[in-house]
Amino acid sequence: MPLHFELVTPEKLVRSAEVYQVVVPGAEGDFGVLEGHAPFMSTIRDGALHIFESATSAPETIAIVGGFAEVNEKGLTVLAESAG
Amino acid sequence: MASLKELKGRIASVKSTQKITKAKQMVAAAKLRKAQAAAEAARPYGTRLEAVVASLASKITVSPTSPRLLAGTGADQVHLLVVANSDRGLCGAFNSNIVKAAVLKARDLIAAGKTVKFYLIGRKGRPVIARTFPNMIVGQFDTTGAKQVNFAQAQAIATDITVRFEAGEFDVAHLFYSTFKSALAQIPTEKQIIPVAVDPNTPTSSGAAVEYEPDEESILADLLPRNVGNQLFKALLENSASEQGASMTAMDNATRNAGDLINNLTIQYNRSRQAASTAELIEIIAGAEAL
Repeated sequence: MPLHFELVTPEKLVRSAEVYQVVVPGAEGDFGVLEGHAPFMSTIRDGALHIFESATSAPETIAIVGGFAEVNEKGLTVLAESAG
Repeated sequence: MASLKELKGRIASVKSTQKITKAKQMVAAAKLRKAQAAAEAARPYGTRLEAVVASLASKITVSPTSPRLLAGTGADQVHLLVVANSDRGLCGAFNSNIVKAAVLKARDLIAAGKTVKFYLIGRKGRPVIARTFPNMIVGQFDTTGAKQVNFAQAQAIATDITVRFEAGEFDVAHLFYSTFKSALAQIPTEKQIIPVAVDPNTPTSSGAAVEYEPDEESILADLLPRNVGNQLFKALLENSASEQGASMTAMDNATRNAGDLINNLTIQYNRSRQAASTAELIEIIAGAEAL
C-alpha cells in the first residue's frame, strides 16, 4: 500500500504523490512515515526531506525550510515555508 | 467656437491618451491572469494551515497562559487598522474604496471611545489617511521594491505586526483589503487578524487521538505567527488581483470615453471646416457677382 504524500509551500503545491516512505526532519528528531502511520503532528526543523518511491529505490532529497508536518488517515502533509 | 487648428490639436491629444489607456488595459489584463494564477497556487497551503490551526485551537482551552496571538491581551482598547493598498494609480476607485472602508471603521471605533492606529501597506492610501487622521499612522511597509507579491514579503509584514503586538502597542488588529470577485467587482473587505479569529465551522480533522510533538501549545505557538503571515499573504494576493481587475475595467472605460470624445470632436471639426469653406465660397461668389 502506498502512502499519500503532499508537500505544500505558500507559493504552490510542490508535490502530491503516492510513495512508499518519507523521512521528515522533525523538531525533536527525524521520523519516517509509512502507510498506516498513527495520527501525528510535529513541527519540523530546517533540513532535508527523504522520499522513497519504493522500498528498494534510492531516496530523493528535498531541502525544506520552516514548517510543519501532519499525518492523518489521508496520508502525510508537509507544510513548509520554502522547498527545493 | 474653437478654431480648426485648436480642434485638430485636441483630437490628436485625446488620441494619444486613448493609446495610453488602451496599452494600460492590456497590461492589466495580462497581469490579472498572472495574479489569479498566483492566488490559485497559494490556496492549498492556506486552507491546510487554517484547518490545522482551527483543529489545534479547538483542542486547547484558552487560558491566560495560552499564546497571546490566540487569546488576545484581554483588553479591547487599542485597535490597529492594517490597510493594504496598491503602489500605483490608474485603477479606478480601487484604493479609495479600501481607504473608505478603513476610515468608516476608524470613525466607529473612535466614536466608541477606542484608540485607533494605522499601519499602511503600499503607497496609495497614505495621503488620504494622513489627512483624515493626522498622527495616527504608526507604521508603513513599502512594497514598491517587489514586482510580485511573495511570501517572504507577507512574512516580513506579519513579523513587524506581531512584534508590535507582543510589545503591547495594540490589542486588536483588523486588516483591510479588497476581495477579488471578478474583473468588474472587487469588494472591500475587513478581517480580524489578531487575535486569531477561529471559525467554528472550519472542518477539523477527525477526532482520532493525535500524537503531538513537542506538544499542542508549542506547535500552536509556532504556527500562529505563520498563520498571520499566511492571512496577510492571501490578502495581498487578493489585493493584487483586485487591483489589476479594477485597473482593467477603469482603463476599458477610459478608452471608450476617449473614443466617444474623438467622435464628437471629429464631427465638430468637420462641421466647422464645412462652415468655413461655405463662408469662403459665398464670399467669392458675392465678390464675382458684384463685378
